[in-house]
Parts: sequence; structure tokens; C-alpha cells
Amino acid sequence: MVGHGDIRVVHRGGSKINSRQPVITQDSRFLLCASGECVKVFSTSTEECVHDLRGHTDAVTGVLLNPSNHLQAYSCSADGTVRLWDFTEGIHIKTYVIGYPVYCIYASAHHEGVIFVVTPMLNDKRSEVFQLVAVHLPQSGDQLVEALELSAVVSDVSSNPAAMGFGKGGEFIASAKGLHLEVFFFKKQKTYRFPLKEDNKKGGKNTFMCVACHQKEDCIATGHEDGKIRLWRNFSHKKEYTYSTLHWHHSAVSSLCFTPEGTNLLSGGLESVLVQWRYNQESQRDFLPRLGSAITHIAVSPDGALFCTSHSDNKITIIQSSVKVSAVIQGLVKGESVRTDLMVDPRSKSLVLNGKPGQLQFYSLQRDKLLYNLDIVQQEYIHESGLEQFEVVKAAFDASGSWMATVEERNEKAAELELNLKLWAFDEQTQSFVLNTTISTPHEARITDMCFCHAADSQTTMLVSTSKDGHFKAWQLSAAAHTEDEGPSWSCDFVGAYHSLVPERCCFSADGSLLAVSFQEVVTVWGPASWELLTTLSQPPQAIRDLCFGRLSCSKYLLGTTASKLLCCWNLLTCSLEWSTAMDVSLLLADPLTENMAAFCFHAGGTDLFVFQPSEPRPLFSHKAVCLGKVTRAIFSPREEMLESCEESSQWLNRSQLHFLTQYMDLMTFTTEAEEERLLASSRQLVVDDSVAMTPFYLLLGKHRRQETEDAVSSSLSSDTVPQSSAAIKQLLQTPAHVMPSTSYLCSMFVQSLLISVTDTREENKHAEEKMDSEREEEDSEEEMEPSDPRPQQASDACSLTKAQLRELRRVRNQDHSWSAGFL
Amino acid sequence: MAEFKVHRVRFFDYMPTAIRAMAFNHRTERLAVARADGALEIFNFADNYFQEKVIPGQDGRAAEALCWLGQRLFSAGLNGEITEYDLENLRPRYTVEAYGGPIWSISSNSQGTLLAVGCEDGTVKIFEILEERIQFQRNLDRQKGRIISLCWHPSGTLIAAGMMDMIKIFDAESGRATHRLLVERGVGASKSREVVVWSIVFLSDHTIISGDSAGKVQVWDGLTGTLVRTHLVTKWDVLALSSSQDESSVVAGTSEGTVVQFQFLSSNVGPQDKEWVRTRTFKNHSHDVRALAHTDTAVVSGGMDTQLVVRPLLDKVEKNTQESAMRKIAFPHRSLVCCAKKAGLLLFQFPDHLELWRLGESNGHGSPGDSLPVKRKPEKLIQLKRKGEDHISCSAVSPCGGWLAYSTVSSFRLYRLQNNTISVTKVSRLPKDLRSAQQLCFSSDSTKLFASSCRSSVLVVDLNQSDCKYLHTLRPKSGSSQPVHLLCVSEDGKWLATANTDCLIHVFNLDKLKLHCTVPVYSSCPTAIAIHPTNSNLVVVHADQQIFEYSLVQKEYTEWSRKLQKRGLHPLWMERDTPITHIAFNPKNPAHIILHDTFMFCIIDQNLPLPEAKTPLYNQMTLRSLPESERIMHSHAFKICKHFQHLLCVRLLEDHSLVVVERPLLDIQSQLPAPVRQKKFAT
Repeated sequence: MVGHGDIRVVHRGGSKINSRQPVITQDSRFLLCASGECVKVFSTSTEECVHDLRGHTDAVTGVLLNPSNHLQAYSCSADGTVRLWDFTEGIHIKTYVIGYPVYCIYASAHHEGVIFVVTPMLNDKRSEVFQLVAVHLPQSGDQLVEALELSAVVSDVSSNPAAMGFGKGGEFIASAKGLHLEVFFFKKQKTYRFPLKEDNKKGGKNTFMCVACHQKEDCIATGHEDGKIRLWRNFSHKKEYTYSTLHWHHSAVSSLCFTPEGTNLLSGGLESVLVQWRYNQESQRDFLPRLGSAITHIAVSPDGALFCTSHSDNKITIIQSSVKVSAVIQGLVKGESVRTDLMVDPRSKSLVLNGKPGQLQFYSLQRDKLLYNLDIVQQEYIHESGLEQFEVVKAAFDASGSWMATVEERNEKAAELELNLKLWAFDEQTQSFVLNTTISTPHEARITDMCFCHAADSQTTMLVSTSKDGHFKAWQLSAAAHTEDEGPSWSCDFVGAYHSLVPERCCFSADGSLLAVSFQEVVTVWGPASWELLTTLSQPPQAIRDLCFGRLSCSKYLLGTTASKLLCCWNLLTCSLEWSTAMDVSLLLADPLTENMAAFCFHAGGTDLFVFQPSEPRPLFSHKAVCLGKVTRAIFSPREEMLESCEESSQWLNRSQLHFLTQYMDLMTFTTEAEEERLLASSRQLVVDDSVAMTPFYLLLGKHRRQETEDAVSSSLSSDTVPQSSAAIKQLLQTPAHVMPSTSYLCSMFVQSLLISVTDTREENKHAEEKMDSEREEEDSEEEMEPSDPRPQQASDACSLTKAQLRELRRVRNQDHSWSAGFL
Repeated sequence: MAEFKVHRVRFFDYMPTAIRAMAFNHRTERLAVARADGALEIFNFADNYFQEKVIPGQDGRAAEALCWLGQRLFSAGLNGEITEYDLENLRPRYTVEAYGGPIWSISSNSQGTLLAVGCEDGTVKIFEILEERIQFQRNLDRQKGRIISLCWHPSGTLIAAGMMDMIKIFDAESGRATHRLLVERGVGASKSREVVVWSIVFLSDHTIISGDSAGKVQVWDGLTGTLVRTHLVTKWDVLALSSSQDESSVVAGTSEGTVVQFQFLSSNVGPQDKEWVRTRTFKNHSHDVRALAHTDTAVVSGGMDTQLVVRPLLDKVEKNTQESAMRKIAFPHRSLVCCAKKAGLLLFQFPDHLELWRLGESNGHGSPGDSLPVKRKPEKLIQLKRKGEDHISCSAVSPCGGWLAYSTVSSFRLYRLQNNTISVTKVSRLPKDLRSAQQLCFSSDSTKLFASSCRSSVLVVDLNQSDCKYLHTLRPKSGSSQPVHLLCVSEDGKWLATANTDCLIHVFNLDKLKLHCTVPVYSSCPTAIAIHPTNSNLVVVHADQQIFEYSLVQKEYTEWSRKLQKRGLHPLWMERDTPITHIAFNPKNPAHIILHDTFMFCIIDQNLPLPEAKTPLYNQMTLRSLPESERIMHSHAFKICKHFQHLLCVRLLEDHSLVVVERPLLDIQSQLPAPVRQKKFAT
């Protein structure tokens, strides 16, 4: 067996962004959220991902702003470390090694140098019992610090991060688990427990779901399974505690949050409605309905200007405090299952799969961003359980990406199966798919497989669908016969059957000259040009589960897997079985760019991966136990730029990447060590000279601007820039407003400054030197100003400076001023 | 358990009336409850919420407000009169006309010297309280609009009055209005309607809390006359308010049937900076909560749905004790049904009439649990309307079915019944002393009538074929002035036992017509007494569920009773929340005592061992599943049947069949008027 050495299975792209509560930064400009093994920094205004904070080697389980420095954030992970980041720059500052998997992280501004983490009970790592531990962060300059000073605070807590919260002034911490609310007072070092009955007579379930503490008053809000919210007061007494109950939600309250001033309480749950309760006037409520899907977390920015809600469909909604949605950050939508295969759109190279009900989502894996959703069913989805509605069950793209075929079905128990085959043409103008043909009831029974002819040079595109009704049909694009204004549409070209057996799978060879259709135990090979049955392969006689042609140099091979755990390879030139091996292959997959094929084998509760070439007897690569459970969906996606790995075991990853979906709907991929290093290095290299959001747009523009500056410097005197202009503007901007003359007086000066001057250069020089000083001051004090008026700066650079001055200027420019932002 | 043929009676249309007002006496722990028909009930909260006294109502007199003054109880009603009650003779003592139109509220100052009433004509009238009666003192400044609610400041210098659209604060000395607090009207359509301040509370820190018809509970500063806080509690009315004695908690009752608690809490840890915060909501009523009382440990509420609900505050009581259990008192703690054992007749007592029914008959045979076919349907023989304004306070039918007697507070009537021809003839010549009775009882041979009257005395009247003759008045030696609430004659007619609300049980020898003995006084009030027909043991059950057996011959507790006391009763028995209201004996098996409360009936077999605390008390179902041989091992003295619920009466007839009178609560609820409309989720 080939060792897999440096190839790892990782989350990369499409991971959950709704697993933990997002964090909005102090200035409400960024949103931090845990996503797989990294922390993503989104811009709240543009929805764009600004940084990936990479470094953790296991799922990130919590993000938190550093209470003593609001430009830094802590993140904790199941890998047993807590890392400190500068999220504006995307720089990793420190790693604190805890040594136990960390599930939640809490901190309070009133507990200096201490963070609180939830870990399994210290004596065994795999235990289901968790405790809250105070970690005293050692003051050390090293990057990697071992945090040794751990002290347990509360034992037996919930691992759900929403079930704990710091109270007013960090005086107490409230933790809920099961039917108990526990309040630990730091000053008294005392715990009070408040139990609830399991359920009341009316059938309400009292289990605690989440906790939130008022930051100005002693009040704890708890959400319960039956949709009630309780506001606890007077809990500093063991007995005389009291609570009031609010009830609007009809199912469990999943998240609660007080606004920083404590005037409002936000709650959300399955209803997909954000409810805003007025604190102390709870009968007044505001609602923000139709948020799309169940709310899982609610967060409020420290200034209270923004709310954000995470949703169960992997979405974060940013809401202005006037209860208006301002931005939506959408991750890869994951339902309970994916009924279509994973596909790659040949044009956008994006991953295509089921998204919201009745839609296909196009998700760019490279940029980890949802491109768009395509509504296939084009019917209103009704949110009601137990209602059968149209679902997209199959989709296929042709080789060039100009046609897409989808199958939707509705299977109501009483009624007949309703099937629709839809063909979509890519419209260059709108850059999206447009419905071309709808064929209702293309088959009598459920469609089992569907594929386009892959030949790139063929004149006509062909689609073959197989169905449980015993037929396979070939569909072809043909010009409309009767009317002229209609474009070409699709119609049935050929109906094939074989001994009234049920066709299961179909597959075109790479050049489109052969079509293989599996009829239970028999593989039939057809010539699509004349629709004659070329040959049948029935060796060995077992039901075929999967069928796949080899690619490129291996295109003479046809591979199939059988239900009786065999992987067979037929040579189509000899029409005989080339080789077969015993393997329980749950999924067989061909890489369209290479000869490689991947086989996922289900073995002993886990799945193993084998990558091989049909012509080679030896697998190129194998990986034992890539994940638990069966893998039924996977895809090779082409890389944007090739890797140059020469190691034999990782060569198969050079041109394309293999993604697969696990049982729990996690999208995983394989990565080499070299690739990881490169990614890590690239993220560290990023030097952002301003505090501007690092959007791709900015990078583009910023590069351009820098070039411009350099050009201007090099061309120095020759350009006729305006030195006074900067003087006037500087004056304008630096003088306090109350000592300034009236705007009308300044206006003429300002306009004059824009005119081309005719003063001699000597005077200019003097001016320029004066300006230099003032500019330096300005740079120190107000870095915000810099990007907003680059023109005068260019102008000053352009004037006749000595080489030394120029160097000095550059030095000043390159200095990092981010520290000053801390004082703001 | 012995097997009986059961008459399951559901034709007693007993309908309790709505609770109008409530007053709790913190010193004596008595709760006075006024009902819509004018009846007044006194509950003893120190003695397991036992309904000690019932003062029957009167047509045209319904108390709108109640007020305790020490041991004295006053009520005022919309008939414009103030009434003081004689709690010893269970009748109104006197009434005083206030001359201000209907009276909406009554309140006494904390010193107990003055009584203020709020009248329809806008006056607050102050009455001085004298030893024996009350005397009008003066009027406060007359206002436009009626005075709906009143509350004295604990210092006794200020009175807050709730009116239409406003609250006024009066200086009690000068009678001048010092502040006028305007109450906002409701929004929307109710904007044009006047808002009624239904209830008001004046606290010692000069905070005024008001509840109004716009559904608001408002907190005012009484010194400056400013609004501090508004809590919108309901869409309908807030009808009642009550504050705890330490003024840290206020409860408000609403038309929706909810009771909302407000607590005076500090928002931060530390004593300063407290505010009134809405905390708990209790929903135990289907209709308006008209009356509320805040005891030290519980909230007592009552209203249109006729039930009295005692809801303990869990922060004030020990968890999982008897005290922390919620109580709903739906039925009276005395029997309204009288059964003629020999004739098979049932007498139902209503406030304004009596109904006499003959039980049905069946000759079928069946296995236990079967319902037998009815050969003759039960029929209503007589409906007897009372005479006069006063409501019936007690009634009885003789065991032979030949005599019927009832009494109101002012009159007593005795009738001769002819069962075959169904005719009623009033006995016109009655003894002079027999003017009113609190309790009536016939001897088992129907030759004597016992009527309890004032000062715990019992009149004995001899009944002949057609007329009656005064025989004797039995008086206990002790000078207890409390009324007798239980009377019991032994089967052989030798003994008469009486119990009064002072917890005294006297036994008289009827042969000698003198006091035989007094049973040792137990601290809890007896709820049922009976004398065993053969061995003349007196069985007493008290409000705290204790059972005693007292031998009248030896004048001491019997061996079984001592054993029971030593062993202690089963905890589940002690946890039952309704008192035993009747005791009977099985003539077939002298060891059997039959008891019942509202939710079960029980046969105590004195031959069987007493249950241990750990053994299951309700074991009849498990016993049935066991084979015959093992049953003996598992059975214990208490055989409890919960098959019949909401029992008003369980009696054993002469022919060993059992009469069970049920009144399902659902039937009562269905007869109530429709409650206010409430939005229900998903409707």
C-alpha cells in the first residue's frame, strides 16, 4: 500500500459558518465567525470575506473579542489551543496551549488576564461531562505559550456556548444545563442552583436552551424548550429568587441576547423570526419575520448598532438596530441530504448541488462563496412539515456548460409520481441559465440516471436518461418545426430497452462514441450515432451499481461496481473483463482531467479512499478511514492553478481536487502539506497598509494606486502637479472648525489651489518642506485621512525632494500605524 | 374491599356562585369570601383551609367589598348598606344605610378606629367604629363620579380613592383632596370609554398602585402625584389588587383569569434603588379574577369561575411540602345532600329551594364494574321553594322519609311527607324556641329532631304522627359561643354528638338528656363525626386529616386509635387536600368505616394492619391483579376507591347499596357564562 504521508483530510470551503455565535467588532465593521478550522472575518457592509485566520488544526469552537484590546480576538478550538489574532491584519499573535479540547470560550472585561473555557472534565478527555475552567494567561512574549494555571470554576456545565453568560460587571456567571440554572458569584465564591420542574401540566418542556445576562442590571434571561423566556431576578438569594415569563415562541428558544444598554432583549428560534422585547415593557415587541430559516445564534455589536443572526441554512444575516436586514452572508446551504450529485459547473467551476428547497446552488469553492441560487422548481415553497413538494433530484451539465438538465419530482403518497425534466440553456447575456424546455413526465417511473454526451466537438448535444420504467431515452436538441419565433427545443430522439430489464446507470465514453447502460446484471454498450447495440458485458453476472468510462489514455476501459462488492474493469477493445477486485465500492468517480479514478470503499463503519488508474494494477494513493459512515457524494473539481508536486502519492491532486460529503453533510477535501504551507504563508504575507477592508476590489485598486505613486515619484519634476493645492487642503483639514473662516471664503482659495500654478520652483521647495513636517504629523494622528485624499500626497511627493527626504518619507509611510488605532 | 351496588347520582345540579370579594385577616388567619348570592364563607387558613362557617345569603344583599376589623367583619354592597356579621350565630348582626347610593368599596384604617366607604354619589363616608355598632362621622369632599376603590395609607392620615379616569388622594383629617392623578384611557376604540380604577393599594412609602379597566397596573408616587411606571398586563380589565403585609409584593387579578405578581426588587445587588418589577403570572382561573388576597405564603384568588384557588409562593414556602401544593376549593366542606336511608330518598339543598328525589331501582345482577340496567328511573318527587328573603342554611329529611325540615337564619319549617301520594303538609304548630337552626338532624327511628341553635345548644324535638313537641335543650357545660357545625345521632338513639368550630366535641346521653362527656380537644377542627352502631365508638376526622376513635363507654381513645396515632397516618393520606365530609359504618361488617372526601371514598378495615409509610396507599388496582392467596399479604386497612370523582355525598342505604352523588367540575364549568375573548395560539 502506498503511504499517504502528508495528505490530510480537511475542511476547506463550504464549511459551516453557523456553528457558533458570530462576533461583531467594536466598530461594527467586521464580523468574525468560526468556520471549520479557520476564523473568517467578513466585512459587515460588503458581505465580503476579508481574512481567513488559519492556524487551528481542528474545528474552531469559539470566537471572542479580547476584552482588553478590541482589535484582537481569541479563538478556541477542539485541538486544545486558544489563539490570539489581530483580525484587522489577519495576523496570528499568540497561541496558548490548554491541552484539552476546548468547546466554548468566555471572557469578561472585569477579569483581567483570565479567560474562561469549557473543557471536558480534566481527568479524561473523552468524557461527556464538561466544566468551566478559568485560564490565567501567562504574560510572556513567546508566540507559543503553555497555559498551566487552570482552575475549575463550575463543574458539570453544558457544552453549548449559548448556555452560559457573564452577568453585570463580571460579578457572576450564569450557566444552565438540563433543568438547572446555576449562578456562580465570583466575589462570594458561591454557587446558587435554581431547579425547574421537568414539565408542567400543560405539557410545556422546561429544559433550558440558552442564557443571556443583562449587562446593567441583575437579570438573567433564559430560553426554554417550550418557547418560554424566563427573566430571573433576585437570584442572589437562595430562596427568594423570582422570575417572570415571556411567551411568544411556539418552539424552543435557541438564542437570546440583550443589547449592550439593556433596553432590548432579542430572541429567536425555529420560527425564523427575530423578536425584540422591550426590557421592562415586555408586552411591547418588535418582530423581524421571514428571515428564511431557523435562527441558531444572535449577536449584537458592542455599540448596539448592528445585530446579526445565524441561521440553520448556513447563513448569517446582519440587521440594523432599526430591525432592517442590511446584509446576508450565505455559506454553503446544507439540507439533511443532497439528492442531486455533486457537480461542477464547467463555466464557473463552481460546485452545484441542492440548496434551498427547489433550488440549485452554485458555490465557488475557490473563493468559498455562494455565487447564486437557481430556482428550478419555480413554485412557492410552503413551510409546513409533512407536505410533499417538488424537489430537484437530478441535475447534469454538458461538457461546455452551455446546457443543464434537471429532474424534479413530487411523490405524494396518494397520487402518482409527478416528474419534470427541464433543460436549461446558458444565456451569455444574463450569465445564467434560462429555461429552454420542460418535459413533463419524461418517463413513467423515477429517473435513475442521466448524463450528457461529453464529446466536445460533436455538433448536437445529447442527453440520455434512464428510468425504472425499463427504458432509457435519448433527448436531442432540434429546431422548432412549426413556428419560427421559437428557438430550438429538446425532444426525444430514441427510446431503448433491453429484455425489459430496468436500466440503472448510464455513461458516455469520453469521445461520445459509446454509451454504456447497465441493465441490472448486464452492461449494454450502444453506438449513439446509429443506436445499435454494439455489445453486452455480463461478466461477472451481478447487479451493476456504478458505471464509469476511463478517461484520456484509459478510455478503452469501462469500470463498474457491483452490488456484491466487486470492482470490475472491462476492456472494450477485447470486450472482456480485464481485471476485477473485491471491494465494497460505494462511489466510483473519474477525474475528467486525468486518467485517475477514485473509489470510496465502505469498510468497517468507515470509508477508505483508493485512487487508481484503470491501466495500472497498483493504486496511486490510498487513505484509510477518511471519515465515518458511507460516502455517497463526491466530485473532482479542477484547480485554478496547477500544483507542482512531484511526490508520487500526491501527484493525483495536482490538477484537480477531490471533495466529498460525509454522512453529517460536511464537505471535506484532501490537501497536501505543501499546499497548506503555501496557503498559510500567503495569509501571513498580506500586509494591509491601511485599515481599509481588504476586499479584492481594494487589492485591485490599491495596486493600481501604488503604481501610480511610484510613477509619479519617478517622473518627479517633469509632471506639472500642484504643490499649493495640498497646502490649502491641509490647512483646511487641520485647522479646527471653530477658528476657521467661513466656507465661502475658503472656497475660492480651494478652487484656486486646483489651478495650475506658475510660481517658481524655489518657493515650491520651501512650501514642500513645510508640508512634509505637517504631513508627518498628520500621518501619525489621523491615519484614516490617508486613503481619502491620496492626491495631495502624490502631489507633495512629486515636488523636488532630495533623495534623503524621499527615503525618509518612504520610511514614514511604511511604518505600521495600526497600534495607534488602539487609542481610538 | 367489600362489594356494593352503587347508585351513581349525577342529577344534583349544584351550582356554586361566583366569588365577589375577599378579605384576609392576617392575625387570625381567617379568610372571608363573599359570593354573588350574598353568602359569606369563612376559611381557616391555619387549619388546612377548612371552611369553618357559612353565613347564608339573602335576596338583594350581595357584598361588593369586605373588611375585617379585628375579629369583626363588615361588608358593603350595591344595596347601599353596610353590614356587620355575627360570626357566632352565622347571621348579619345589623345593617346601616350609608345614604350615598350603591357602595363600591369599604376600607378600614390600620388603627381600626375608622371605616371608609366609597359611594356611587362620589362621597367617601367615614364611619366611627364603636363597641357594638358603627356611627357615621363625616363625608370627605364630594367628587364628581363614583368612588370605585379605596385604600387607607397605613399611617391613617391619607386615603387614596380610585374613580372614573382618575385617582384622588384625600387628607383624612381635613377631608380635602390633595392630589388628583389622571389615569390614561385605553388605546383605540376604548379611547372614548372612561377608564375605571377597579382597585388601588396605598403603601407606607406613599407609593400608590392602581389597577384599571384599560388593563394597566400603574405605580404612582403618592407624595408628588406622579406616575412612576406603567405595566400593561392585559387587554381587558385589572379587577383586583392585593399587597403582601411586608409590602414587597403585589398581585393583580385580571379578566383573563390570570394573576400577575409584581415584586419590589432591587435591580442591582444591594438594598438601594428598588423598583416594582412584574414577575410571575399564574393562570388558574378560566374567568374574571374578582377577588384576591395576599397571605404571607400564598396568593388566594377567586372569581367568576366560583373556585377558590390558594397558590403558594414557592419562594416563601418549603419545596415539596403540603404547604407548597396548590389548592383549589370548589365544593363546600359540608354536605348539601341528605339521604333517607330507609326510604331511598335524596334531599338536595339549594340556596332557594329543596329537591327531593327517589332513587332508581334495578334488579339486574352483574360482575363488579358492570353498569346495571335501570328498572325504574330516579324521579324528582318534590321541589320546595323557600319562603322569605333569606337563603336556606340547613335542611334534613328523616330516615323513614316522613319528615322534612329546613331552616333559614330567620325561620324554621317542618313538613310532613306522604310518600305514597307525594303530598307535603306543613307542620304549623312549632315549638317557640325553634326559630332558627344551624344544623338539623333526625334520629334513626325518625321520632326525634335535633336542631342546633345559638351557643352550641341543641334543641330536641319529639315528633309524633302529625305534630311535634319541644322536649329539651341540651347545653354543653363549657361556655363556648361558637356554632355547632356537625350533629350526629347514634343508630340506637342513645347518643348525640355535636362538634363546633372551637374544635369541641360534646356527647350527650339522650336517655338521660344530659351531657355524657367531652372528647379531648384536638387542635384541628372536626370535619366529620359518627357513632358506631354496635360498639358506640365515636369516630372523628379532623381538618388536618387525622382520625380518632373514642370509646363513649370507656370515655377514652380506643386501642385502634392509639395504634393509629402511634404509627402515624400514611403521608399520601395526609397530602389529600379535601376534608373527609362524612363517615358511615357497614352494618354487615362492624370493622368497616366508610369515609369520603371530594376525590375518593375509603373503607377502613380495622382488622387489617395499618399501612407503612413506604407501602403504596392506593393499592386496589395492584391487589386486583394479584392471585387470591397473595392479596392478604399486601392489603392494608385503607381501601381507597378513586373511581368516583367530585363526590358530594356517599351514603349507605338500608339495603346495602351505596349512593354516590357526583358533580363533575366540567358540568359546573359548562354552565358558567362565556369568558372574555382571548387570542389563542394557532386559532
